[in-house]
Amino acid sequence: MTELRVEHVSKRFGGLQALQDVSLQTEGEILGLIGPNGAGKTTLFNIISGFLPPTSGTITYDGRALHKQHPHQIVRLGIARTFQIIKPFGDLSVLENVLSGIGMPVYPSARALFQRYRTSATLKQAHAILAQTDLQDWAQAPAANLPIGLQRRLEIARALATRPHLLLLDEPAAGLTTHEAEDLALLIRSLHAQGIDIIVIEHNMSFAMNLCERIVVLAQGQIIANDTPAVIQQDERVINAYLGQEEADVAHS
Amino acid sequence: MFNGYVITIAVFVGIWVSLALSLNILVGYAGQISLGHAAFFGIGAYTSAVMTVRYGQSFWAGLLAAILITGIVGAILGLPSLRVRHDFLVLATMGVNFVVVAVFKYVDFFGGAMGIVNLPAPSLFGVSFRGGALYMALVWLYAGFVLLISWYLSKTWAGLALNTVRIDEDAAAAVGVSVPRFKIYAFAISAALAGGAGSFYAHFIGSVFPDTFAFVESIAILSMVIIGGVGTLRGPIFGAILLKSAPEFLRFAQDYRFTIYGALLVLMMLFQPSGLLGDDSWLWTLGKRIFRRPAASMQAEEAS
Repeated sequence: MTELRVEHVSKRFGGLQALQDVSLQTEGEILGLIGPNGAGKTTLFNIISGFLPPTSGTITYDGRALHKQHPHQIVRLGIARTFQIIKPFGDLSVLENVLSGIGMPVYPSARALFQRYRTSATLKQAHAILAQTDLQDWAQAPAANLPIGLQRRLEIARALATRPHLLLLDEPAAGLTTHEAEDLALLIRSLHAQGIDIIVIEHNMSFAMNLCERIVVLAQGQIIANDTPAVIQQDERVINAYLGQEEADVAHS
Repeated sequence: MFNGYVITIAVFVGIWVSLALSLNILVGYAGQISLGHAAFFGIGAYTSAVMTVRYGQSFWAGLLAAILITGIVGAILGLPSLRVRHDFLVLATMGVNFVVVAVFKYVDFFGGAMGIVNLPAPSLFGVSFRGGALYMALVWLYAGFVLLISWYLSKTWAGLALNTVRIDEDAAAAVGVSVPRFKIYAFAISAALAGGAGSFYAHFIGSVFPDTFAFVESIAILSMVIIGGVGTLRGPIFGAILLKSAPEFLRFAQDYRFTIYGALLVLMMLFQPSGLLGDDSWLWTLGKRIFRRPAASMQAEEAS
């Protein structure tokens, strides 16, 4: 069983309580994580993937504690992530970006210093991932030259190259056209069909509602709802959290 | 043709090509800007001097010890890079350079300001290499070795991992690269290769003095890498040949050497940050246009 279990996680940045007593579990599903700006969604991702330590609380995956491990160790346990502010290796080609993920098992060993990274086996794996993410035509292009929508796809391709069991996607549809977002949803569903569990942070409500089997709503660092999309849509507190956000936006402008 | 003067220049150029290529692994591959490379150059030179003069070992043992010990010291002195980044790392490496020179200067074991003299010349099967064309060949063989390591490293998983560390440390960690481990690799390899260059320098001159390895020399080596084209192999080689041999042709400019290095650095940063032979530099693009056919066929070869 590969269950992710987040238990009573809190995170404090100085005077700001970014997360407060957050608990959730997921296994075998596409889980949506939504909430207004500043709700703590990305902070939670950063804590699960080891980029931030929690102030208190525990996280386990497959029974193993994650909250004291470094990001590069957490990838090895089968949890890969993408970044909201995309981080492609810009001067490397799209192919090399994917190869960088394929090297994941080699990096900890001394073989990394002697073994060449372009072999027929690694290139075959990389091209399979490029085909799956529909990036094969761009293989030789520097990643920085790709349009933003394809760079978001490349983030996913690179994460897939580490062969994850759980994929954390941080706003993968941000800045995509409706058509691109539909393609992305298809890709995410096909990954899930292959047995990869997915947690996706999404701002686009209809995208999240259509894609996810279950949705967790964060507001001001706390979970205010955790249910199926149909129930979430009717939830009073969720509607208030989002309406409150809109009122605040109107007041600011 | 190979008179003493030409040989001396060729030896120096060969040593500085090795130094520039070794620094390129740290700066160009791993993206860790160091202004303390002369410290590793010096540690190699002093290790070799101590091994041969104090402990009566052969040049070859001195060379090997210089490479190994400088590599280990490099790994240790690389530790600050795990805590500080960018401009703070530049300051930290500068500090390391000053400390290392001070140790050479004030610790009696290293001969103080008087340095260590009477280093033996290498010999093999009774043939001495001192000052001759043979020594020059040996130095360039070493430069070729440094080039080979640099080239091969860029083809390995470690080379790819260093690229990811240079571009984005968070993204590197997200694909499973231990950023600290690979930074230390880069420091150790870069330092070890500079240490070997130090040994060749020490035994060519026959003596070592602290000030040879001062901070200004670190600037000179970094200038060679940046002016030539950081991250490429041709760039540091070209930069070292240019900056090390130019003062010989421009004798009148000798005294202004560092003024010229400094001015060149500023101009490069402003107009050609990728270096004279960087991938998108004027010179390299022009060269590619002129030699388009051979370049195109080489690319086809690479692709196949």
